[in-house]
Amino acid sequence: MTATLEDDVLPPEPTAVELGLDSAEKPRSMFRRGWEVFAENRLALVSLIFLVVFCLFCYLGPVFYHGDAFVSNLDAVDLPPGAGHPLGTDPNGEDVLAQFMHGGQISVNVGVLSGLISAVIGTLYGAVAGYLGGWVDALMMRAMDAMLSIPLIFLLIYLGMVYGHSTTLMVLVIGFTGWFSITRLIRGEAMSIKVRDYVAAARMMGGRGPRVIWKHILPNSIGTTVVNTTFSIAGAIFYLSTLSFIGLGLQAPNVDLGAILNTGTEYVDQGYWWLIYPAAVAIILVILAFNVIGDALRDAFETRLQKR
Amino acid sequence: MPLLELKDVRTEIRLKRSTVHALDGVSLTVEAGQTLGVVGESGCGKTMTAMSIMQLLPNGGSVTGGEILLDGRNLLELSEAEMAKVRGNDIGMIFQDPMTSLNPTMTIGRQISESVRIHRHAGKTEAHERAVEVLSLVGMPSPERRALDYPHQLSGGMRQRAMIAMALANEPKLLIADEPTTALDVTVQKQILELIDGLKERLGMAVILVTHDLGVIAGSADKIAVMYAGRVVENTNTEALYVNPRHPYTEALFDSLPERGAEADTKLYSIPGLPPDLTNPPTGCRFAARCRYARDTCREQDPQLDGETSEHRYACFFPVGAVEKSAKEIPVTLSEATSSEELPQTSIGAPLLTVQNLVKEYPITAGSILRRKVGAVSAVSDVSFTIYEGETLGLVGESGCGKTTIGKLIVGLEDATSGQIDYADTDLAKDKGARDRYRKQIQLMFQDSYAAMNPRMRVRSVLREPLDIQHVGDKASRDKRINELFDQVGLPRTALERYPHEFSGGQRQRVGLARALTLAPKLIVADEPVSALDVSIQSQVLNLMKELQAEFNLSYLFISHDLSVVRYLSDRIGVMYLGKLVEIGPAESVYANPVHHYTKGLLDTIPVADPAVERAKEDKGIEGELPSAIDPPSGCRFRTRCPAAQSLCAEQEPPLVPFGTNGHLAACHFPLRTAEGAPAPAVTLPNPTIPPATVPAEDTKADADAGA
Repeated sequence: MTATLEDDVLPPEPTAVELGLDSAEKPRSMFRRGWEVFAENRLALVSLIFLVVFCLFCYLGPVFYHGDAFVSNLDAVDLPPGAGHPLGTDPNGEDVLAQFMHGGQISVNVGVLSGLISAVIGTLYGAVAGYLGGWVDALMMRAMDAMLSIPLIFLLIYLGMVYGHSTTLMVLVIGFTGWFSITRLIRGEAMSIKVRDYVAAARMMGGRGPRVIWKHILPNSIGTTVVNTTFSIAGAIFYLSTLSFIGLGLQAPNVDLGAILNTGTEYVDQGYWWLIYPAAVAIILVILAFNVIGDALRDAFETRLQKR
Repeated sequence: MPLLELKDVRTEIRLKRSTVHALDGVSLTVEAGQTLGVVGESGCGKTMTAMSIMQLLPNGGSVTGGEILLDGRNLLELSEAEMAKVRGNDIGMIFQDPMTSLNPTMTIGRQISESVRIHRHAGKTEAHERAVEVLSLVGMPSPERRALDYPHQLSGGMRQRAMIAMALANEPKLLIADEPTTALDVTVQKQILELIDGLKERLGMAVILVTHDLGVIAGSADKIAVMYAGRVVENTNTEALYVNPRHPYTEALFDSLPERGAEADTKLYSIPGLPPDLTNPPTGCRFAARCRYARDTCREQDPQLDGETSEHRYACFFPVGAVEKSAKEIPVTLSEATSSEELPQTSIGAPLLTVQNLVKEYPITAGSILRRKVGAVSAVSDVSFTIYEGETLGLVGESGCGKTTIGKLIVGLEDATSGQIDYADTDLAKDKGARDRYRKQIQLMFQDSYAAMNPRMRVRSVLREPLDIQHVGDKASRDKRINELFDQVGLPRTALERYPHEFSGGQRQRVGLARALTLAPKLIVADEPVSALDVSIQSQVLNLMKELQAEFNLSYLFISHDLSVVRYLSDRIGVMYLGKLVEIGPAESVYANPVHHYTKGLLDTIPVADPAVERAKEDKGIEGELPSAIDPPSGCRFRTRCPAAQSLCAEQEPPLVPFGTNGHLAACHFPLRTAEGAPAPAVTLPNPTIPPATVPAEDTKADADAGA
C-alpha cells in the first residue's frame, strides 16, 4: 500500500490480517478457554486427579485385588490390617479393602446418577418456568414448593418398606428430591436471559419457545448447570452416606461407604480404627473434591476470567 | 507554571500473559482556567490518561515512568493516603454513566456531604448546607428537596448534575470529565456542557474533557490533544486544530463525520482497520497501517511530537494541511480529502409499509395479585406514516419519545394497543398469522450488536439461525448463503468460526447487518445501529448500509437520536416527541426549513465540529427535560418546553398539516413558517405578554418520581 497524496481513493478493503481477524491462531472454543482457567486452580487439579485415582481404584481395583467382600470368614473376624488383608477384616470376617472398593463404586454410582437426574430435571423445569413466566411460572414454582414440603426421611421409610432398599430406589429418590435448588437458579438465569436482545432477535426470526430454550437459554446457563451438577453430586454422595449411616440407606451386602462407616461405629470402643478411618476419610475427600471442582468450574465459566 | 503537567507518562497494565502499554510517553499541560479536550477513538488511552492522573488504574495497572505534576507536586511520589486527599479535594472527576457512579442506597445530599466531611472535616449540618449550596450551583431546581432524593428518583440529566456537584463540592483545582455527556440526550448534553463551561469560568478551575465527539469539544475546549494508540499525536489550540489539522489521523477523524458526507452527498471517508494492539505496539508510526499517506519511512521510524511552532505540535513525517495558515485566510474545505465517490442512489418506488393511527400504551399496575390497572404510559400515540420501497425513513427524537417502540411494533416484538400496520394488503397489527408469514421480509438491526448475539454461538451459527428457523434450503445452500453474506458485508470468511466477542464493535455491527440480510428482507428496522461505535467505524457501517440498500433495493426505518447520522442516510425524516410524530418530510427540507419548534431546537443542539459555529450559537436549544409519558401535557405535548407556546396549545392538539407540496408535514399551531395554501393562523408570532408554560421544577420532580 503505497498510496500517495495524489490517488485520493478509498484504501482497499482491509484484509483479514489487518482487521485482526486472521486465523493464524485457531479460535479456541469456550471449553478450551474454560479449561485454561480451571487448570490454573491447583487445588482443583489435585481434586480432579484425586477423583480419577479414586474411581480407578474402586472400579479397576477388584480386577487386581481378589478380596472377598461378601464372603464371611469367621476364622478371621476383626483382624487389624496385615498380610492378606491390607485393611483388615470386619466383624463378619469380610475383607475391608474389598468392601471399600465396592462401597466406593456404589457411592460414586448413586451420587453421579442421582446428581445428573437432579440436574436434568432442575435445569429443564427451571428454564421452562423462567422462560414462560406469568401464571405458568407461578403454578410451577408453587408445585415445587409443595414437593419440597414432603420430608425425605418419611418418604424413604415408606418407599423402603414397599420396594426394599435397592440402589435404584436410592438413585431415584435422591435424584427426584434434589433438583429444587438448581431449578431456582436456572429459573433466575432464564428470566434474565429471555429479555436479552439475542432472544428478541431469535423470536423476531420466528423462533419459538422450545428453540429459544434449547439454543439460547440452556447454553447460556451452562455455567450454573455444570457447577451445580457437581455440587449436587457431592450432595447426593453425602446424602446416601448419611442415610446408610442411620440405617435408612442401602443394606448389606449392597453397602456404600456410609454403611461401612455405620458398621465401624458399632465397634468404636474396641479400637477397630480400620473400620472407620478409610471410609470416613474417603467420604470427606470425595465430597470435598467435588466441591472444589465445582468452585473452579464456576471460575472457568466466568468469561471475565478467561484469557483475552 | 501550568496547573497540571504530564511529562512522558508511561502506564502499563499487566494481564495474565502480556502487558498492555496503555500510555506510552504522554506529555500534556493544563493551565488554570483552561479546558483541555482529549479526543480519539476508543482504546486510544483517553480514559487511561485520566485514570493515571487520579491513580485509579484497573487491576494490574501502574504508572511506570514519567511525572505527573499538579501545582509542581509529583503525584506519582505521593503515598496512597496523600493521594486520597488529592482525589476529590484537588481533582474532581465525573464519569460517563451517572447512574452507576452514584450509590443507589444513599440520598444525593448525603453522597455530596460525605466528600465534604472527609476532606474538610466539616460537621453534619455544615456539610449538608454545602451540599445544597453546590446543588444550586449546578442548576439543580429546588436543591433543598433534591438533596433528599435518591439517585433513581432523578432523570439522567439531573443525575449528571448531581455528579458534577459532588465533584465540585470541595472546589477542586482540576475537574476531569470522562465522556460526561455520552449517555445523555443531545438536548441535555448541551445543557451539561454549558454548565461545565460556566462553572469553569466562575470557579477558575481547569477542566480536562475526555470525549470521542469532535462536536462536543469544539465549543468548549481551549486546547485539544488528539490521542492515538497510547500517545498524543497532535496537540494545539482548538481553532488551529479545526482549521488546520496537521496529523492525518486528525484529518481522518474529521472526514469520517457524517455531516461531511451529507453536505457533499458523497460516500463517507472511513479509517480502515483498527487501532493497533497495545500489548505489542508496531514499530514506526503507530498510525501508519491505517494512514492513507503512509510511506516506507513511516513504517520504519517513529515520528516525534514536534512542529513549526511550540503551539501546534504533531507527530508525523508527512503532515497534511499547510505550514502557515491563520484562522482568517482559510476557506478550508476538508471535504476535498473525503472520497469523491458518489453515494449509490436507490430509486424510490411504491409504498411498502403504512402505519396508521398507531397507539401503544403500557399499563401501570398496582398490587401483586389482582394487578389493577392504575394508569398507562403512552409510548406511541396516534402515529401515521408510510415507508416507500427503496427509501430510508429516519426517525429522530430524545430517548423516551417512542421511536424504539415504533420499531418494535413494526417488527412484531410488541403488540399495538390500537392502529394499523399495513404491509402487502394485510394489517400486521391484528393478523398474527400474517406477521409470521411476512417475518422474513421485515428484519431488525439492533443497537448493541454484542447483546444481540448469543455469546455461546459461533458467528456461523448466528447467521444460520434465521435460515434454520425459516427452513430455507438445505445445509449446503445455507452455508453458501452465509459465505455470500460475509463477502457482502466485507468480512473474511475465515472469521466465521469466531465468537461474537472476538470481533470489534464495527465488525460486529457488520455481522448484525449480515444477519438482518440473511432472509433477504424488504425492510430493515435499524435501531440506533451506529450509536455505540466510534466515528471512524460508524462511517464504515453507514457506507455499507447505503451500498447494500442500492444493491438489494432495501427500505430502512432508521431510528437514531443523532441527527447528523440520520441526515446522512435518510431520504425523509420523521421527528418524534413524547409519542407523537410532530414533523415529517424530505430530509433536506426538514433540515433547511424546520417547521416545528422542537425540530428547530433539536437542530440547534447538535454539536458542530467547528469552534466558530459552536461558539457563535446564541440559541439555548431546548430547555428543560422530557415530561412524563404517564400523564402527558394536554394539547400539544411539546408546549411545556416550547418558546412559542400559548394558551391555545394547551387546549387543542395541533393536527399534522402539509407545509408545501413536497410532502413536508408538521403539527404546530404557531409554526416557524406558514403553511402554503392553508389559511394563516390568527397569531403567527408568539405573544410576549403570555409567558410560555414552562415546566416548573416541581413538575419534573413528580415526573421523575412517577418514572421510577
